[in-house]
Amino acid sequence: MTVLSNGNAESYVKTPKIKFTKLFINGEFVDSVSGKTFETIDPRTEEVIARIAEGDKEDVDLAVKAAREAFDHGPWPRLPGCERRRIMLKFADLIDENIEELAALDTIDGGKLYNLGKIIDIPSAAETIRYYAGAADKIHGATLKMSRDLQAYTLHEPVGVVGHIIPWNFPSQMFVMKVGPALAAGCTMLVKPAEQTPLSALYYAYLAKLAGIPDGVLNVITGYGSTAGAAISSHMDIDKVSFTGSTEVGRLVMQAAAASNLKPVSLELGGKSPFIIFDDVDVDKVADLALQGSFYNKGEICVAGSRVFVQEGIYDKFLNKLEEKVKRWVVGDPFNPKVHQGPQVNKQQYDKILSYIEHGKKGGATLLSGGNPGGEKGYYIEPTIFTDVTDDMTIAKEEIFGPVMSVLKFKTVEEVIKRANATKYGLAAGIMTNDLNTANTVSRSIRAGVIWINCYFAFDKDLPYGGYKMSGFERDMGLEALNKYLQVKSVATPIHNSPWL
Amino acid sequence: MRVWITLKLKLFCLGQKSYLGREFYQYSTAAAFEEPIKPPVNVEYNQLLINGQFVDAASGKTFPTLDPRTGEIITHVAEGDVEDINRAVAAARKAFDEGPWPKMTAYERTKIILRFADLVEKHNDEIAALETWDNGKLYEQSAEIEVPMFVRLFRYYAGWADKIHGLTIPADGAYHVQTLHEPIGVAGQIIPWNFPLLMLAWKVGPALASGNTVVLKTAEQTPLSALIVAKLFHEAGLPPGVLNIVSGFGPTAGAALCSHMDVDKLAFTGSTETGKVVLELSAKSNLKPVTLELGGKSPFIVCEDADVDQAVELAHFALFFNQGQCCCAGSRTFVHEKVYDEFLEKAKARALKRSVGDPFKPGMEQGPQIDAEQFEKILKYIRSGTEGGATLETGGDRLGMKGYYIQPTVFSDVKDDMLIAKDEIFGPVQTVLKFKDLDEVIRRANASRFGLAAGVFTHNLDTANTLMRALKVGTVWINCFDTFDATIPFGGYKMSGQGREKGEYSLKNYLQVKAVVAPVKNPAWL
Repeated sequence: MTVLSNGNAESYVKTPKIKFTKLFINGEFVDSVSGKTFETIDPRTEEVIARIAEGDKEDVDLAVKAAREAFDHGPWPRLPGCERRRIMLKFADLIDENIEELAALDTIDGGKLYNLGKIIDIPSAAETIRYYAGAADKIHGATLKMSRDLQAYTLHEPVGVVGHIIPWNFPSQMFVMKVGPALAAGCTMLVKPAEQTPLSALYYAYLAKLAGIPDGVLNVITGYGSTAGAAISSHMDIDKVSFTGSTEVGRLVMQAAAASNLKPVSLELGGKSPFIIFDDVDVDKVADLALQGSFYNKGEICVAGSRVFVQEGIYDKFLNKLEEKVKRWVVGDPFNPKVHQGPQVNKQQYDKILSYIEHGKKGGATLLSGGNPGGEKGYYIEPTIFTDVTDDMTIAKEEIFGPVMSVLKFKTVEEVIKRANATKYGLAAGIMTNDLNTANTVSRSIRAGVIWINCYFAFDKDLPYGGYKMSGFERDMGLEALNKYLQVKSVATPIHNSPWL
Repeated sequence: MRVWITLKLKLFCLGQKSYLGREFYQYSTAAAFEEPIKPPVNVEYNQLLINGQFVDAASGKTFPTLDPRTGEIITHVAEGDVEDINRAVAAARKAFDEGPWPKMTAYERTKIILRFADLVEKHNDEIAALETWDNGKLYEQSAEIEVPMFVRLFRYYAGWADKIHGLTIPADGAYHVQTLHEPIGVAGQIIPWNFPLLMLAWKVGPALASGNTVVLKTAEQTPLSALIVAKLFHEAGLPPGVLNIVSGFGPTAGAALCSHMDVDKLAFTGSTETGKVVLELSAKSNLKPVTLELGGKSPFIVCEDADVDQAVELAHFALFFNQGQCCCAGSRTFVHEKVYDEFLEKAKARALKRSVGDPFKPGMEQGPQIDAEQFEKILKYIRSGTEGGATLETGGDRLGMKGYYIQPTVFSDVKDDMLIAKDEIFGPVQTVLKFKDLDEVIRRANASRFGLAAGVFTHNLDTANTLMRALKVGTVWINCFDTFDATIPFGGYKMSGQGREKGEYSLKNYLQVKAVVAPVKNPAWL
């Protein structure tokens, strides 16, 4: 790999002035009740970008109060779907008008590639809002086939006040993935962005207000999970919590929901997704895809294809290709258009990843590439590939959430299905083969929420996404996601003299 | 509010004078006699739109389109015929077979349709003026209801483009089965003159959202608005050949489209008689599937518990809206005997108050009928009503000496077997019928070859539930009427047509379903 940055490289883009640093409650930017703030850090330099209002329980209470009022008495849930659509389309247009600034915020705050932000993350955020804008007037209930003289139907009603807790790895996409369907459904909400990446969420709140989303409908509370996040999970007046993050924290969210008002919870958690390569593939192409699968977004992606199972017939050839290709994988300042990989999000993640790399080295795996920090300053780590990994090694079992690939060898379809499923997670899987039977058999056999055949990270607005097992439950994206934010009410009444039943 | 104040003043002026309906009209509808208001728009497009280009008809022929206020010529429009339909179908075929329209991502289609909706919104008043000039409908109705509704329809279908889902299917046995919903191909669409823009939106919206290409024939009475919106669609980025507009007549251009061997789908809105011809031509040519939205004779049922004032107002609207030129007009007003006398008196008074005049004049409620043919047909039906023994309560004649204005007309003592109770009049003629009980009115309401819509006016839940299930019609409006929305499917039972337009249902008209079946080896589950 090439290291272009030691954290002091000239920035390629003028970083934007930070406009929004306060909590967004009831349509206003306000300080936290305590007056406290926290630092948000540039992972390229470890320097402070800005001080952000630190929301806590009192602030969550205020936001819930505003959202409650907006739901119980405000216009949003009472607007026809086509009016919500109109406002959401405006919101999407405003996102499109501010792509560069939003992309830059996610880059300085999260170390994400600026170029990809401009062409993928932010445009797809606008697309997602537009998709759900189009769904706002397509939320259908059903009229029912009753077995007696009854007329019955279902109404799909907004669930109420929603708390969204989102992670730092895709600040923009996570924001719209949660907010889009909830807005379309007619809910009001508060969003707690990750404390590592609070900047773009505040910007989106501002754009939402400009678009005409009424005050109180969308509130943003920046702060920490153990304080603001916990206050959301245990709030008695929040009707639904939608969380994306680690499996450990997901468990806490669900416990808090159970201990408070039994609010329904949807969880999108960790993964250790298999990326399975069969003998019949074009090794060159698949090696590229496997690198993306493990190192895209610095490996900070819950669906990372972090267990690369390679069939024995092409195992050596595949390793040669990987070794050759990873040399051209450039680590450096994410504003540099030549760079493939920026810094990890913060010190804690950086240290955790490096300790997993140590585990790998000591546990008997072979280090094919990388294995070291990628510079003296900033949280850069070399893209790291371990081979000869066995299923019981820590690096093959736990979610590393960094640029660390584990390569494992297998012989048969049956064997790889068994090993791929031998995990507590079940988020995604990649299947690389041109054999139709293999593709069909394996895709049905893997216990995971998304299967990509001869592609990876093929996300789409219309593609539901979420986990089996301890990767969580319920789905984000697609029309499926609307269900999280809807209650179903069945209505029945007797009828007389109906000519048909 | 202004409208009502004006009307009240006029009534006041009449004072205690005992008047005949005729005299009242001559006073209250001065607008019909004044010089017509000059429409605030110019006609810019009068050619055929084929493959993204405005072109003359192959024959070079044109036909005049008339201002229904005066019967005078607005402009001459290119007259499409067989050869032009052939050219348009060839363009649509190429645009479908070679793309890019069906091959681009659904999201790209969404964006182009959304841009189009934004453009129409920007040109709202201009398009509305053209619609009123050509059709005679109230300008306020065009500008404040129909063009905005047109925009909403396209935005609605823009939102469907990326949500067209097939199914994965649990077959018996170890098979992986999925359905692909694919665009059907080249859609031929024929629209009527009563709502030229909305009819275009109902048909073009779902067809284009699902990736088809279209040849649309407008009604010869109202060719203008389709040309300007289609022009804007191309400005929004619609590729050439995707939407082709051919102006012309039914027996020539319309018939050519219906019998074309390279058109994959037909959608027609118009009269039941023409609908039959359309279906026959499809059967005789390539068996293309046909969606038909035809005539109606919709009952509007006022139950015994009704608030009579409200019922009168709604029944009046249900019939007279758009000069009575609605396929779903509530043209059989069934009134329960307990409230019949009061209803009739008030319905007559309401009709007398209706302001008829230049549709460009603010505050009017009714403009002229579309053309001389309809005008004569309506007057003929009115004569048949009088001759057949119904009581003419008010109206019954033309209004003014110029243009196609007709007095709001109310008949009472109408019997089910009279022509005016059986045929679609498509004009401002309300027929009031008396009924005794629910079973009777259900039987009589259903005793029609049509089955498009029905209005039910009652606050009794059981009555509402019984009627909504018992009526053999495609739409039941309870305590409302003509409540149209992009999301609500519309279409007819019986000879009112087949298939449904609008809502999710309309997508089915433009999609083929392909089942894909493959064995699965060693599946983990079935």
